[in-house]
Amino acid sequence: MAVHKVLGIETEFGILHRNDGESNPVAASSMIINAYVNGFLERRVGWDFEDEHPGVDARGFNEFDALAPEIETHLVNAVLTNGARYYVDHAHPELSTPECTDALQCTTYDRAAEEILIRSMEKANELLPEGEELVIHKNNSDGKGNSYGCHENYLVDRAVPFGRIVQQIMPFFISRQVFCGAGKIGSEAPGLTHADVPFQITQRADFFEEEVGLETTLKRPIVNTRDEPHADSKKYRRLHVIVGDANMSELQTYLKLGTTAIVLAMIDDDMAPDDCVFETPVQTLRQVSYDIDLAMVHRLVNGQKVSALDVQWAYYAAAEKWADRHGFEVVGGEAIGKDLMSRWNEVLVALESDPDSLTDSIDWIAKRRLYEGYRSRHDLDWSDPKLAALDLQYHDLRPDKGLARRIGLKRISIDSEVEAAVDSPPPSTRAYFRGRCLERYPDEIVAANWDSMVFDVGSDPLRRVPMLEPLRGTAAHVANLLDECDNAAELLRRLGT
Amino acid sequence: MAEQEQRRPSAPRTDEVEVEDEVSGDSGKELKADLDDLLDEIDDVLETNAEEFVKNYVQKGGE
Repeated sequence: MAVHKVLGIETEFGILHRNDGESNPVAASSMIINAYVNGFLERRVGWDFEDEHPGVDARGFNEFDALAPEIETHLVNAVLTNGARYYVDHAHPELSTPECTDALQCTTYDRAAEEILIRSMEKANELLPEGEELVIHKNNSDGKGNSYGCHENYLVDRAVPFGRIVQQIMPFFISRQVFCGAGKIGSEAPGLTHADVPFQITQRADFFEEEVGLETTLKRPIVNTRDEPHADSKKYRRLHVIVGDANMSELQTYLKLGTTAIVLAMIDDDMAPDDCVFETPVQTLRQVSYDIDLAMVHRLVNGQKVSALDVQWAYYAAAEKWADRHGFEVVGGEAIGKDLMSRWNEVLVALESDPDSLTDSIDWIAKRRLYEGYRSRHDLDWSDPKLAALDLQYHDLRPDKGLARRIGLKRISIDSEVEAAVDSPPPSTRAYFRGRCLERYPDEIVAANWDSMVFDVGSDPLRRVPMLEPLRGTAAHVANLLDECDNAAELLRRLGT
Repeated sequence: MAEQEQRRPSAPRTDEVEVEDEVSGDSGKELKADLDDLLDEIDDVLETNAEEFVKNYVQKGGE
């Protein structure tokens, strides 16, 4: 039986400090987070780095000489009352949603993350001198060869051999680009010009150079081997996915999260396709991204030539069989499961027969329509800076400037639930315990992270409460207890720690 | 892939495709009108100096 697909999504945002003399993105990122934390939270609680080991590799060795991610413990790092983590990472503000139990909930929290960034901008701009402003973009590239990520995280069964995950998820990552891509003008791969690639399906494909590996900032691998479960490591693995784009379209975020969760559940249950292995995965990843007509075929190791859509249909067919046998419980239940399958089918059919019908739900198709229209109106070449400006402004989170929200993209989340998700945690995971404790006992919490919280109840020493089970500490488990305990000392006493 | 014969496991939505074809003439014009309106709006909010804006948009590499 597959492990419940607890999931989350973390986005590194582009940041601009306009009309500032010197560019200091670390300072700007700190400023925007501090503006939010000081402006909207009762008290700041910092991140606890004790269990961060980003250098541990799922393939079973620790490459201490490898360029494992550094942990920058001195940078701004806050935990929010909705259970999210909001922090500076590599000169970008980054927001990780709390742990969620299904793709709809996670999409809601991702939208709430956008709201948090918007409010942060507004607060920060109140504090800045006249004429200066901080601007946030939800994108993955500056068009100049620098990239930053939108990462997904999924809970999978530790008992599954990592080799199986690599073999069976990689073709899915390569082919899902056709409905997950956020679109980009030009290419940042060395040697390619606007004439070679005027427009492509994804922001990120250009930056991937390896099939499997630990790196995240250079020589990026399609399948990342970071092994930091932030949970009981005997039972669970967290698959850290770095190959996706940040989407403005909620339908894409929802489908990206939901279909990937389904495929990983199939892998847990050993029912995913295992013969879709591409001969040259990195090259195919890029070719799929450059192929906006969705016409190319690519060679598999078994000699067959298939299109990205062919591979998606293979995974879809396998998912139908898997769901018949197992049901959709581990991805959030029958209603969500059936909705995901139906929308996945709809999108694949549309991509094959009438891609322009997706201008209201797929970022790269929305962009293509916009850019073709703009080009034709102003008689521009693909290399014109006005189009590059459009390509940035599509992702601008300022409500009066951003283009994506003007287009009328289909919504998945509901505004009232997004509003609730800005301040309140999901009830169905340990994020509930984290978020509610932060809201209830802010003065008694010293630090928090994904799998524990550190309380100061006045006595020596500080008390660490472990939270190694992502599905414990939910509302069902602890809501009444939290309501009844007026302070953390009482909570800890009743928890028996 | 073993199952090359089955590309669309569920029945294709042929009825709905036909309906769409019928109305595509009108909705095509509506879409174009929408696009023109959208492009008008965008001209209003687009950065005034596109070249400068694009040149100045530089980010540090992240994860």
